[in-house]
Amino acid sequence: MAGDAGRLRAALRGWALVSPTAIYAVALLAIPLGTVLVVSFLTDGRTPGGLRTVLPVATIANYIEVWTNDIYRFLMLRSLAVSMSVTLVTVVLAYPVAYYVSFHVAPNKKALWLFLITIPFWTSYIIRVFLWKVILGFNGVVNSGLLSLGIIDAPLQAINYSVQAMVMTLAHAYAPFAILPIFVALEKIDRSLLEAGQDLGESRLMTFLRVTLPLSMPGVIAAVLIVFIPTVGDYVTPDLIGGGKLPMIANAIEVQMLKLNSKALGSALAVSAMLIVASVTVVFLLLNRRFLGGGR
Amino acid sequence: MKAPGLYGYTLAYLLFLYAPIALLPIFAFNDSVVIAFPLSGFTTSWFSAMWEDSSMWQALRNSMIVSGSTAILATVLGLFAARASTRHAFPGKAGIMGLIMLPLVLPEMIVAMSLLVALLAAGLDLSLWTVILGHVLICTPFAVAILTSAFQSLDRSLEEAALDLGETPVSTFRLVILPLVAPGIVASLLICFTVSLDEFIVAYFLAGTEPLLSVYIYGQFRFPSNVPAVMALGTVLVAVSVLLLAAAEYFRRRGIARTGGSAGGGFV
Repeated sequence: MAGDAGRLRAALRGWALVSPTAIYAVALLAIPLGTVLVVSFLTDGRTPGGLRTVLPVATIANYIEVWTNDIYRFLMLRSLAVSMSVTLVTVVLAYPVAYYVSFHVAPNKKALWLFLITIPFWTSYIIRVFLWKVILGFNGVVNSGLLSLGIIDAPLQAINYSVQAMVMTLAHAYAPFAILPIFVALEKIDRSLLEAGQDLGESRLMTFLRVTLPLSMPGVIAAVLIVFIPTVGDYVTPDLIGGGKLPMIANAIEVQMLKLNSKALGSALAVSAMLIVASVTVVFLLLNRRFLGGGR
Repeated sequence: MKAPGLYGYTLAYLLFLYAPIALLPIFAFNDSVVIAFPLSGFTTSWFSAMWEDSSMWQALRNSMIVSGSTAILATVLGLFAARASTRHAFPGKAGIMGLIMLPLVLPEMIVAMSLLVALLAAGLDLSLWTVILGHVLICTPFAVAILTSAFQSLDRSLEEAALDLGETPVSTFRLVILPLVAPGIVASLLICFTVSLDEFIVAYFLAGTEPLLSVYIYGQFRFPSNVPAVMALGTVLVAVSVLLLAAAEYFRRRGIARTGGSAGGGFV
């Protein structure tokens, strides 16, 4: 009994301490997300005065619109294609960097290397995205540089306002998010396992494939999710790099929410997008469940 | 180095990371409205154009209010959550901490639009305050992450000694714990300030008619003749950001050294 009372007291103390932050997150995250869910089942309309508003009339018409309109399906598929490409490119490019810092940098230099890697991430995101437009644009750095060197006669069209340019920009923006979790997972690997593998006659490559890579998978999985989920909802890159010609789902949400003031339809779009992202995430985690669990 | 191929690759990768930022000062000092090579000459006129733009100063003033308030509020909320999660076991901890950290992975568009719907439904008018509410939500996970590592490196026996010597839990916190995690608090303030200053979508959705610096910069991109002045502004911002981060990293390391640990890892 005394143990139970002590545990209850400890629990109460923990709850009391975490409560200001928890209440804030409930009030400004959980309740707003719930509100969006409710609004997505209401109707966009006008007040008697003619202003755009949400009328309290329950309907699933917004979802029918979102799930049957070809435009939204196309934008969602483009968003998924872009963010999956970004995730693949970012994680594949980041892995060797994380590996190098974890396995080949002296312990007292590791923090400095990580600091160097994270600095670009802390500079204004919109300015960085705009700079990629400057680099890859029609009159951009690459084209004007190649022209003035006489390598090409006319600006390359392919690198301008393309999906590839968006993937490149986002892969740059999310690089540290991929490197850090993989680095943390690599740091946790017991180095004697690798020596054991090589003592038992495995080549360095086989040791990497059979020991290091599987053990670092929790970091790779974290990197995939932390890149994939936010990039599906990216707004700035399609707007600036795509020049407004290659919108993704977040741009459609912005148009409905602000420009057309159709909050119910915009909410249904957002809820649908979140459901799709959540489903993809769950499938991905199930496919990789053998690497997770038991590893902590 | 044992792996020259890997070393070369990592250097090339760092070059890729820094390439866009290296262009900022180049074009900020380039004597041409067109952002392209070849460069045409040296000028500082873009900096004076930026300096004399009164709408930039208005946006900067608003951003200072928002980012300053955000940094303080998010760090205070981060202190509660980090202390609770490092010091106490309580039912529902994983779920509660998961909710608090969720904005770290949620697309900012979702945070922005859900706050817009909820705040308008609650009858609030959009202002700088509504941006602060959103930015505190986004910055709190950063504060929790930094402060958790600060609390984790605390030696618990110091605290027990203070309690044994007759201090109350509150005075122990103020006299023993707070000074030891003070560097972590400074690092959290600086990081939250930087994140808030750079954030665009929440500021765009929730600021109403008040211009913020990121929204101002975004608007300037629509006018090609204003872009060189934005390059100048960007150069100044990058310089300030790097200084703030170096300061944050310095304080974080000093904090860990003070509590007897070794510095590893990064901000996230």
